[in-house]
Amino acid sequence: MSDHQATSHNLTPVDAHHDNLDVHDPANITNPEHVAHHIVSPAVYGMIFGVLMVGTLLTVGASMVNLGHFNAPIAIGIAVTKAVFVVLFFMHVKYSSRLVKLTVAAGFFTFLVLVFMSLLDYVSRAWGQW
Amino acid sequence: MSIASTITHPPEPEIHPSHDVHEHPFYQKHHFETAEQQREAASFGMWLFLLTEIMFFGGLFFAYLLYRNWYYEAFVSASNSLNMPLGLINTIVLISSSFTMAMGVWSAEIRNKKYLQISLIATIVLGFVFLGIKTVEYHDKFVEHHVPGASFDIKDFVNPPKDSLEKPLTVDMANKTQIYFSLYFAMTGVHALHMIIGIAILFVLLWKARTGLYTTGYVQPIENFGLYWHFVDIVWIFLFPFLYLINRH
Repeated sequence: MSDHQATSHNLTPVDAHHDNLDVHDPANITNPEHVAHHIVSPAVYGMIFGVLMVGTLLTVGASMVNLGHFNAPIAIGIAVTKAVFVVLFFMHVKYSSRLVKLTVAAGFFTFLVLVFMSLLDYVSRAWGQW
Repeated sequence: MSIASTITHPPEPEIHPSHDVHEHPFYQKHHFETAEQQREAASFGMWLFLLTEIMFFGGLFFAYLLYRNWYYEAFVSASNSLNMPLGLINTIVLISSSFTMAMGVWSAEIRNKKYLQISLIATIVLGFVFLGIKTVEYHDKFVEHHVPGASFDIKDFVNPPKDSLEKPLTVDMANKTQIYFSLYFAMTGVHALHMIIGIAILFVLLWKARTGLYTTGYVQPIENFGLYWHFVDIVWIFLFPFLYLINRH
């Protein structure tokens, strides 16, 4: 009876006859083609780490130069770029399902809508006329 | 075959096909069809939580945006009073901790307990380094009387030291630096609180990881915590230029 219990601690699940059950691998770890279980390699993480470091030094460097009105947009642009790299690779969204991708996109979009509409209120008031 | 034997041996209960086909891993809850489905649901739920966090920090960022436009000179002077090199070091420390956490997720996925423990410890250490540097910065602000409240002192902004390049502010504008520092302490304080909570969870994960719990295919808790930690990193990626680098030239 105990032979029936393929313990999930095993890397290779077996059935009652000790035949490999990879086709039914419940955790789906051994199936390399499954998109949701894409294991991001340390090489990719290392590259993203490098990109983030360069971005950090760039944003400090850019703040030292007087670029007039462009200082703020450049700082925001670099920060957004860094955040996108973190979300796509460190947070695996690039390798995630459409459901997760849509959820993340919808969240940031909603945030931008809130900021944009609040700003519209402020810029369109009759400042100093009441 | 007598009638009695059919009565004493009831028919086998019907088993749902999904339970019949294969065994479940120990971490799969019964209300999920597959471990894959469970993992997807957990990721989705974690992201929904992080979206509420975006809205939470977003409110502070919007307040910052408005006041920065209204009292730009006060924000520049107050921002330049921060210790930029310490902020830069902290940015590097936090990005490094995100990297070690990402390596932790990878270690759990390849089921290497030793690597996972090393990654979690490294993340904890870097988290403490960040909080330590933040404490030094907070301490400086208290010494300089730059903490909003009764003991706030505008003299550094009205009469900047002779060797500094700062433009002196009017008393009215100098008082507005309190708004900057209120936002500075609110934003970095809430961010630091997230890190303190994160480090506490890291200790729990490290404690449980010693049994090999997370290196058997049960990656979910490590992965979801990774999402949280990277999110806290993203918040700092915006806080650093917004608070420290408004006008450094």
